Amino acid sequence: MSGAAVLLQFLNGLAGASSLFLVAAGLSLIFGVTRIVNFAHGSLYMLGMYFAVWLAERIGFWPAVPAATLGVAGAGVLIEAMLLRRLYRAPELLQLLATFAVVLIVRDLALWAWGPVDMLGPRAPGFAGAATIIGRPFPQYDLLLIGMAPLVLALLHFFLARTRWGVLIRAAAEDREMAGALGVNQRWLFTAVFALGAALAGFGGALAIPREPASLGVDLALVADAFVVVVVGGLGSIPGAFLAALAIGEVKAFCTGLGYSKLTLVVEFIVMAVVLVLRPQGLLGRPEPAPRVAALQSAPLLAPLSRPARVALALLAALLLAAPLVGDEYTVVLLTDLLVFAVFAASLHLLMGPGGMASFGHAAYFGLGAYGAGIVLLRFGAPMALALAIAPLAAGLGAALFGWFCVRLSGVYLAMLTLAFAQIAWSVAFQWDELTGGSNGLIGVWPPAWLATKTAYYYLVLTLGITAIGLLWRAIYSPFGYALRASRDSALRAEALGINVRMQQWAAFTAAGCFAGVAGGLFAFSKGSISPDVLSVPRSVDALVMVLLGGVQTLTGPLWGAALFTWLSDVASRSIDYWRAAIGGVILLLVLAFPQGIAGSLRRWRPSP
Amino acid sequence: MKKLLLLLASLTLATPAPAQTVRIGELNSYKVFPAFLDPYRKGMALAVEEINAAGGAAGRKLELVTRDDGGTPGSAVRVAEELISREKVDLLMGTFASNVGLAVANLAAQRKILFLASEPLTDKLVWQDGNRYTFRLRPSTYMQVAMLVPAAAKLKKKRWAIVYPNYEYGQSATESFKKLLAAAQPGVEFVAEQAPPLGKIDAGAVVQAIADAKPDAIFSSLFATDLQKFVREGTTRGLFRARPVFNLLAGEPEYLDPLKNETPEGWWVTGYPWRQIDTPQHRKFRDAYMQRWKDYPRQGSVVGYAAVYAAAEAVRKAGSADTEKLVDALEGLPMQTPFGPIVWRAIDHQSTMGAYVGQLAKNDGQGFMVNWHYADGADYQPPDAVVRALRKER
Repeated sequence: MSGAAVLLQFLNGLAGASSLFLVAAGLSLIFGVTRIVNFAHGSLYMLGMYFAVWLAERIGFWPAVPAATLGVAGAGVLIEAMLLRRLYRAPELLQLLATFAVVLIVRDLALWAWGPVDMLGPRAPGFAGAATIIGRPFPQYDLLLIGMAPLVLALLHFFLARTRWGVLIRAAAEDREMAGALGVNQRWLFTAVFALGAALAGFGGALAIPREPASLGVDLALVADAFVVVVVGGLGSIPGAFLAALAIGEVKAFCTGLGYSKLTLVVEFIVMAVVLVLRPQGLLGRPEPAPRVAALQSAPLLAPLSRPARVALALLAALLLAAPLVGDEYTVVLLTDLLVFAVFAASLHLLMGPGGMASFGHAAYFGLGAYGAGIVLLRFGAPMALALAIAPLAAGLGAALFGWFCVRLSGVYLAMLTLAFAQIAWSVAFQWDELTGGSNGLIGVWPPAWLATKTAYYYLVLTLGITAIGLLWRAIYSPFGYALRASRDSALRAEALGINVRMQQWAAFTAAGCFAGVAGGLFAFSKGSISPDVLSVPRSVDALVMVLLGGVQTLTGPLWGAALFTWLSDVASRSIDYWRAAIGGVILLLVLAFPQGIAGSLRRWRPSP
Repeated sequence: MKKLLLLLASLTLATPAPAQTVRIGELNSYKVFPAFLDPYRKGMALAVEEINAAGGAAGRKLELVTRDDGGTPGSAVRVAEELISREKVDLLMGTFASNVGLAVANLAAQRKILFLASEPLTDKLVWQDGNRYTFRLRPSTYMQVAMLVPAAAKLKKKRWAIVYPNYEYGQSATESFKKLLAAAQPGVEFVAEQAPPLGKIDAGAVVQAIADAKPDAIFSSLFATDLQKFVREGTTRGLFRARPVFNLLAGEPEYLDPLKNETPEGWWVTGYPWRQIDTPQHRKFRDAYMQRWKDYPRQGSVVGYAAVYAAAEAVRKAGSADTEKLVDALEGLPMQTPFGPIVWRAIDHQSTMGAYVGQLAKNDGQGFMVNWHYADGADYQPPDAVVRALRKER
């Protein structure tokens, strides 16, 4: 690269960083005060783009930017007031489920309102052409964008440091309970913060339209990037987000400039993994303050199953045994899927429930199991039995490796590190053509002739699935399980009792990975083919949704969650045009009606003994 | 309890198929690629209406059972299972993304049911992973690249830069282009290769990197949002000034229309100039389509329309909807499409449907194709020996 090329790529990096920062700043602000992991932030950005393109055709580009910003702020207020406000008392992460439902609904809403065709916005009047920098053309608009990030940073800094609202926001971010006790009206504060965050997302979206079209896929693609920036910068730290956006923007631009464009597939996740391993609280984040003892809420004790519950489960197992005799062939196919995902969800539950560690990347181990099984079968000609044995091994090894780093972190940082590792695993599967078949994946992973019928394979899945779930439940009530829960509820006390907290968590992480691998292996043989989507972010999110839907702090909840979600997707996609929105709507209803998850809330209704 | 209810629900939902119709089980990623698949669905519906109004195929009416496949191989396979076992369809049709198409093709071979892959472009579908039960309608990645190469070679440009979305379609387009162009024009150099992630191109950096390599010409297989970003950024930065660009698919209305005022003039593309094609068979199709839907046809409309006709022709020739007979009937079957006559090649089950090759131009803020000609798919195939070697099955 010549000197001029280096400078121009540097400027390209700055322009990319600028749009990243605008989105990330809003996300960081919202998280800092409300502790909500807002999955719908990308959707707000997408709305900003659509509003802006639509308005620009009517009132021109420049008036469209503030108008779209206001519109998205309004949407943010709506979401906060109608939905999130009801959920602040619910267990952490349930808001995540709610915002996920919002993502589904907003995407279908945009499809309905603006149609399926990408909408390329106008160029910005006054900034349509190129400036000449060292004899090379560079878009004027990008220069404007480069100036925008520091400007917004300065404005936010002024707002937070010098205005009364800013002081209140910082107080609430520092210590929510104390701010409340001092008479700060949290309700309005939260709404205002959410509106401000949404406005920043909408502003970012509106400013993006001269550079990229408004399109339906942008929401999830963007929210992952924004999370990376926020976490690398340190949760809640706006200057941190600025630094992180700069770093990631530049790394990406230079990967492209130096000819390593294939690396841009994951480079931000590699950056995040490195930062989190070296500096667990992000670049400028502060370590989470230890929760005050009075505020420490331990999760309800997971009671062993009562006698009637055991009978009911045995009855259910008998029903499942008889299912192929009563149902048609497709019922068997669907039940096979349900069982596979039930094992997957149960494995995540070990991590999230008793382990207290949320994972945003559990699909990595599902996928490692599926690929492990598929690779030994197709590339090495191993029999199915061996392939199914390799599945948990491969997944367990992966989980042991990734988990060793992850358990050193906690909370959202831990979850984001699992996401980073999952993305890295995904990109390896996506690009290693010789071994994994690249983006097309592995084709022809079928069971041997004696298991070829759907019913025979179903019985295999049923046997292994019940065994796996049984083992997972057994583990929860073993000394290991109790030690794990002790580590979750009070790491300090557990340490004092001589429990090696990290060791327990690492073991749980590895075990959860192993069982996800079992599910992955069974999944591969039931489909005949696997491709990188088995370890992609949406699959991880599916698992999260299943566990949260069923109830984290219950034993059987994840199974119900898995069954309901899989069944719902199947039925809705078959019979409703806007099926994503339908699923989102059902999830919202369930979240509002059963804030403890289905099984969790049902248990509440039962008279206590 | 939930599972019991579910079981009961699923039992009551099971409806036996009426014996007299030919049931086409169609699955596609309607929610993931709506811009392409909405017109596709309309094309299919039009074909079914036409065929049934004319008395059906072999005396039997056609019935379309469509499903959203969720966009992943895992859910597509489940949906296909549902179509096979519960809906008792006679054949499967559809799919868009290559990985989904390959998964369903493999399932079709396993379950021994005909699969008419309408959209997926991957070469592997009919070659490395081809099987007896899978047929593909659209011209493959290889064929479309081969259609562009003669014009590219004619320009005698020495230094080429390549940009492609980083997944199998872009990779194999790039590989085929390099191989075919090097054969047609010995001594050609490939000076830069950019592989941004699908849907997430960092257009400024990519354009800059290509400009720095000082190529004489550019080959691209970008499409959809990546294409739009690349075009705008490249135009602003003067990348396309005095540099011919070849871009697969960019002439298809699905990808061309959103470009509007930005349409890069002079680019060589494969596509579908629906306004200008004036053959009787295309006029008939276009008129019927526009009357039925009050909208103009896209590439997807033609694909959906022709796919349903292919199914009908196969049933007509086989005289039944028996899978093995349908497969035998389709091998070597000639038929008419809006693009002209095609043949379903017996050797690899690829149809010879072609594409239109031409250059982009714009008028009144709208892109269209000029200097175009129809490239017949039959003329852009590798030698039979190569195909046989790739298709391990035979």
